[in-house]
Amino acid sequence: MKAIYLDNNATTRTDPAVVDAMLPFFTEHFGNASSAHSFGAEVGTAVKAARQQLQQLLGATHDHEIIYTSGGTESDNAAILSALEALPDRNEIVTSKVEHPAILSLCEHLEKTGRAKVHFIGVDGSGQLDIDAYRAALSDKVAVVSLMWANNETGTIFPVEGLAELAKEHGALFHTDAVQAVGKTPISLKDSAIDMLSLSGHKLHGPKGIGALYVKKGARFKPLIRGGHQERARRGGTENVPAIIGLGKAAELALQHMAEEQGRVKELRDRLEKAVLQRVPNCIVNGDRHDRLPNTTNIAFEYVESEAILLHLNRGGVAASSGSACTSGSMEPSHVLKAMAIPEAALHGAVRFSFSRDNASEDVDRVIEALPGIVEKLREMSPFWADAEKKTNDSKPVFA
Amino acid sequence: MWEYSDKVQEHFFNPKNAGVLDGANAVGQVGALSCGDALKLMLHIDPVTEIVLEAKFQTYGCGSSIASSSALTELVIGKTLEQARALTNRDIADFLGGLPPEKMHCAVMGHEALQAAIADFRGEVWRSEHEEAALVCKCHGVDARVIERAIRDNALSTVEQVGAFTMAGTGCTTCYEQIEDILLRVATEAAAASAAAAAAHATEVARPETVAAAPAAAPVAPRPGSLNLFSAAVRAASSAPAPAKAIVRPATESSPLSPASPLPPPSAGMTNLKKIRLIEETIEDLRVYLRKDGGDCELIDVDGSNVLVSLTGACVGCQMASVTVSGIQERLMAKLGVPIRVIPVGRNAH
Ligand code: FES
Repeated sequence: MKAIYLDNNATTRTDPAVVDAMLPFFTEHFGNASSAHSFGAEVGTAVKAARQQLQQLLGATHDHEIIYTSGGTESDNAAILSALEALPDRNEIVTSKVEHPAILSLCEHLEKTGRAKVHFIGVDGSGQLDIDAYRAALSDKVAVVSLMWANNETGTIFPVEGLAELAKEHGALFHTDAVQAVGKTPISLKDSAIDMLSLSGHKLHGPKGIGALYVKKGARFKPLIRGGHQERARRGGTENVPAIIGLGKAAELALQHMAEEQGRVKELRDRLEKAVLQRVPNCIVNGDRHDRLPNTTNIAFEYVESEAILLHLNRGGVAASSGSACTSGSMEPSHVLKAMAIPEAALHGAVRFSFSRDNASEDVDRVIEALPGIVEKLREMSPFWADAEKKTNDSKPVFA
Repeated sequence: MWEYSDKVQEHFFNPKNAGVLDGANAVGQVGALSCGDALKLMLHIDPVTEIVLEAKFQTYGCGSSIASSSALTELVIGKTLEQARALTNRDIADFLGGLPPEKMHCAVMGHEALQAAIADFRGEVWRSEHEEAALVCKCHGVDARVIERAIRDNALSTVEQVGAFTMAGTGCTTCYEQIEDILLRVATEAAAASAAAAAAHATEVARPETVAAAPAAAPVAPRPGSLNLFSAAVRAASSAPAPAKAIVRPATESSPLSPASPLPPPSAGMTNLKKIRLIEETIEDLRVYLRKDGGDCELIDVDGSNVLVSLTGACVGCQMASVTVSGIQERLMAKLGVPIRVIPVGRNAH
C-alpha cells in the first residue's frame, strides 16, 4: 500500500532536481566560497546564482537583499532582535497571537526579561487579525511589527502588504514570517513596505537546515550571528553551500510550479474538504475561506481527539497532522485555534491536511474512503457523542 | 507522533470492553471535554462477593487514553473491590508495557475513574486529588504548585535540589528552564518580602543607625528550621513516584548543610595539618545530622584539594547522596576558603 503524505506544512519532500543540483557541491565543487583561489571562486559564483533564484521568487529588487540563514527560526529571531538593536529608542513589538513558536516564544522571552513590551494582537473566528487592535497598538514606541504571511495550521493569509503600510506610518520596521507562504502564493517585495521576510528551504521542496532572511535595501539591520564577513558581515559563519544551491534550485522550481499550486493542488484540497464535510457530520473547517493557502485545510471533528484520528489514518497509510509540527508533542490544544475561539467540542479534534505538488487525486480518494469510518468508530466510543448527536443531528457542517 | 509500545497500539486499535454497560452498579466519570480527555468507567460488581464481574468504558481522548481505559477494564475484571482499589496508575502503564512520560496522565485518569467508580458503589462522594496547577515536569507529573512549595518550605536554590525534593527535572530535563523560572520568581518574591520587612522595621526603629540592612543578595529567605537535607522524609520522597508526597519533615533545627544557613568566615593561609584538622572537625560536626537520619560520613583521606569520604548507612545509594556530597563540599569550601572536591569512596580506599 502506497503511503500518502499530507503533512506538507510540516516539511516537504526534497525535489530530486534539488538533490541533483546539490550533489556536486559536496564533492566536485567543495571550495569555501570565501576563499580567494579558483576553488572558492566557482562556488562563490554558484552561491550568487542561487541568491538570484531566490530574488526572483520573492520579487526582490536586489540579490544582496537575501541573507542565508539556517532556517525560518533563525531568520525570525534575527529579524526581531535586529530591530530592537537597530532602533534603540523604541522597545515595543507588535505581533499576533497565532504566530509560529519561533516568534511567540522569542517575544515571550523578551517580555519576561524586560527587554521589550509586546502587543499580542488577537484574531477573529476565521483567524484574521483584529485590525482595530492592531492600529491601536501601533505607536512611535514600536521597533518592529512581526506578522506572519500565512498561518501554518489553518493557512489563513494576513494582508501583510497593507499591514506593513500601517506600520510604516509609525516608523516601525515590518517583518513577516513567510515560511508557509513562499512557494505557495505569489510574492512581490519590490514595491512593498515589507522590510524583512523569513523563509525556510524545506517547506518548498528544498533541503532542511537552510533558510533566508530578506532585508530590504536601506532597512536598518544588526546581525544575530557575528563572525566572519560572510553574507556581507550580516550573518557570520561558513556558508552551507550545498544547501544554498539546493534552496536556489527549489526557489526556481517553486516559481515554475506556482500555477500548479494555485490550480491543481488547490483543487485536490477543495475536493477533500467538500467530501469530508458531506460525509462526516459535526465538522468545522478552520481558517479564512477566501484568504487561505491553496494547499491547506484544517478540519475539526467534534467530540473526538485528533491524535486518535491520526493514529488510525497512519495505520491506513495516510500521514496528516494535528496542527503545527513543532507543537504536536504537547498536550495543549493549538494556540491558534484557541485564539480563534473554536468551540470546545472541536478544539481538540482538529486535523490538518496539507498538500503539495507531489500529491495525486488517488490520495484524496484514500482519505475520503477511510476518514468517515474512523471518526464514527471513535465517536461511538466517546462518552459525549450520544448526547451531542441528539442535540445536533439536524446541524449542517460549518465553516469557521 | 508518539512512540507507543505494541501493547498500547493493540489496546488502542482493538480496545477491549468499549461501550456502555447496561446494568452497571458502579460508575466513575472523570475528565471533561474542555480538557481534551474524559473517561466513563462502568462496573458490574457482585454485591455479595464484591468481585468485579464486568467492566466497560467510554473514552474521549488520545491513543493512550483509549488504550489505558481498555487496559484498566482488563485489569479490574475478576478482582475484588479491595484488590481493585489497590491498583495504581503505574499498574495501568506497566500493563501496557509503558507509556511515554507525557502520556502518564492517561493512566492517572484511569486510576481516578476506578476510585470514582468504587466510591460510587459504596455510596460515597469522590473528589479528585488532582489539583489544577500547571504541569511543569511531565516525566514525573509534578506541577508548579508542588515545586513552589518545596522551594519555599526548604529554601531550595538550585534545580538539582528541586529534583531531589520533588523528582521534577530528573528525567528528560526539558522542564529545566521552567524550574529555573520558578526558582527565580520565588527568590525575587522572598527578596522583595525581606526588603519590605526591613523597611517596615526601619520605620519602627527611631534611631537610623540601628536599622538592620536588608539582605539584598539573599536569594531565598529560609524559614527557621525548615531545611534538613538529610531528612528521612526527603529521602522517601525522592524515591516515591508521587510528587505530592514530597513533604519535608519539619525539623526542629537547621542543618549546617542548608544552602541558606549562615557560614563562618573562611580560614586562609593555613598549614596542611591545620587544614586536615579543620576538615576533620567540619565533617565531625556534620555527622551529627547524618546519623540522625540513619546515615554517616567518614573522612578517609585528604589528597591536595580532594577530600575522600566514605558514606555509610542510609546515605549509601540513596538519591540524596549527591546532595549530601555537594553539601559537605560547600561547607568545607566555606570553612577553608579554598576550592575542595569531595569524593565518595569505599571504606577501604586510600
Ligand atoms: S519533563 Fe522530563 S524531567 Fe521534567
